[in-house]
Amino acid sequence: MNGAEFVPLSLPPILIGILAAIACALPGNFLVLRKQALIGDAISHVVLPGIVLAFLVTQALDAWAMLLGAGAAALFAVVMIDVIKRVSRIEVGAIMGVVFTTLFALGVLLLEQSSASSVHLDVEHALMGNLESLIWLEARGWASLLDPVALASLPTELSRLALTLVLIVVLLIIFWRPLTLSTFDEGYAESLGLPVRAISLGLVMVAALAAVTAFDAVGSIIVIAMFICPAAAARLMTDRLRSQIWWSVGFATLSASLGYVLAGYGPLWIGLDNSVSAAGMIATVSGLILALTAVLGPKRCATTT
Amino acid sequence: MLRLHQNDQTLDPQSPLAIRGLSVSYGEKPALFSVDLTVAPYSMTAIVGPNGAGKSTLLKAALGVVPRLSGQVSIFGRALASERHRIAYVPQRASVDWDFPANVRDVVLMGLYGKMGLLRRISRDDLAIAEDALAQVGMQDFAHRQIGQLSGGQQQRIFLARALAQNADLYLLDEPFAGVDAATEAAIITLLKKLKDAGKTVVAVHHDLSTVTAYFDHVAMINTRLIAQGPVAQVFTTAHLQEAYGGRLATAQIDRLREAGHY
Ligand SMILES: Nc1ncnc2c1ncn2[C@@H]1O[C@H](COP(=O)(O)OP(=O)(O)O)[C@@H](O)[C@H]1O
Ligand SMILES: [Mg+2]
Repeated sequence: MNGAEFVPLSLPPILIGILAAIACALPGNFLVLRKQALIGDAISHVVLPGIVLAFLVTQALDAWAMLLGAGAAALFAVVMIDVIKRVSRIEVGAIMGVVFTTLFALGVLLLEQSSASSVHLDVEHALMGNLESLIWLEARGWASLLDPVALASLPTELSRLALTLVLIVVLLIIFWRPLTLSTFDEGYAESLGLPVRAISLGLVMVAALAAVTAFDAVGSIIVIAMFICPAAAARLMTDRLRSQIWWSVGFATLSASLGYVLAGYGPLWIGLDNSVSAAGMIATVSGLILALTAVLGPKRCATTT
Repeated sequence: MLRLHQNDQTLDPQSPLAIRGLSVSYGEKPALFSVDLTVAPYSMTAIVGPNGAGKSTLLKAALGVVPRLSGQVSIFGRALASERHRIAYVPQRASVDWDFPANVRDVVLMGLYGKMGLLRRISRDDLAIAEDALAQVGMQDFAHRQIGQLSGGQQQRIFLARALAQNADLYLLDEPFAGVDAATEAAIITLLKKLKDAGKTVVAVHHDLSTVTAYFDHVAMINTRLIAQGPVAQVFTTAHLQEAYGGRLATAQIDRLREAGHY
């Protein structure tokens, strides 16, 4: 593959895919251990009304406004769930189901309203993203990676995701102890005086941040898959949390890069002339990795008890 | 969340754990109603009562793990917030998922997190404390074993080791003998008695009435309300057991329990 073609057309989407996958996989480890893995799915539904509202207000596809809207919607949902839980004593799963479905329905209604306006916002884009379109027009080859002028025109999704990932990693390092302790034994953590409710809210907020930033670039299918698959597969490879995290980062990277390449070139190799959706293929690869580890992973027995 | 603790400090300054008028509710029905409890210093106190009596809730409310509806708690005569570091809590073993990716040493080291803070690296001293705690419960050879591969008794031992690593003055244990083998039960009670001899105070929720007299010197009987508390010889009586357990224990059974304590 020559640089003149690969660097502008394939490198940015692959990097964006990898960053998005890792950003979701990191909090995914804790969500899976807390049996809250579906929260990723839920968040990606919840953000829809936020995105549409931002769009209706600004009347433009402005990324920052949409991120803000999505973040606000996620925060609103999380707080709603907490309030309903405390007031009604209904089981959390049921509350989540109600809140998320309602907000998603609201999003669809708003979307229909917006379709009358001049700029188009479609559901398919929200689901699949459009990884393939995130290209780097100024790049002329590998040398462009060292050219500040060309670098300045990299897709903004790339820098946004890189920033998000750095933030998530820093938070993970700082709060590693309270987070692991309250994930394993919440009652004990609380007896030591740790603010366990704030910790679990913080985790959901970080997951929402990852979901919202990734959602904008790669669509919700990757978000949902990356919250669950790399972490669940990693759990089957090791019995220590630290190495589980590293495995999940590896699996996320592998899914994103292999998935992108397979989507672009796979159909050509088997004689078809169309490529398939990169987002769909990346999610599929992550699922296949999980299936493989479930059959072959060294620690798969431990988790069946 | 409304909590009343403005007068917490004024309760019995001698007692490691003093509770006044504690009420807790999860729904409409109270789990605890107006409970007063004063744990004697250097005692081994059993908390007994039927299932659902609020025993676990009592420990959790004392630790601030569940919110109080009303009531005051004082720890060594002071507010909980300032004395937390003197308490080690051993939750019910079944309250956690033992498939968690951690080994035995990881879990024992959690007992030191309060001391280590967020970012300080684990030191040689920390490791030595963890090793010593494991040795005290006879689990020194299991430090690198995945916790999901332990038996119930072994899991209980490492929960206890985690509490020992805290080097607390007051130990609050929730059913430490539930589902453990006889050898573990003997090892745990020996250890708890050693703690008491070293000037610590031990409070344990206990479900086996036949061993109350042999294991503990004080007992508190509860069934949503406090039924009785004090030295075992005075409080562990047929009348109180009848009151706490209602019709659930036959008189003949209770007589046998009392005799069991007097071998
Ligand atoms: N988290 C909870 N949510 C709702 N009800 C609870 C909860 N925990 C305990 N309860 C209820 O409170 C009462 C006391 O429970 P608990 O303190 O666990 O009793 P014990 O430990 O004596 O068996 C029971 O009726 C129980 O069903
Ligand atoms: Mg209990």
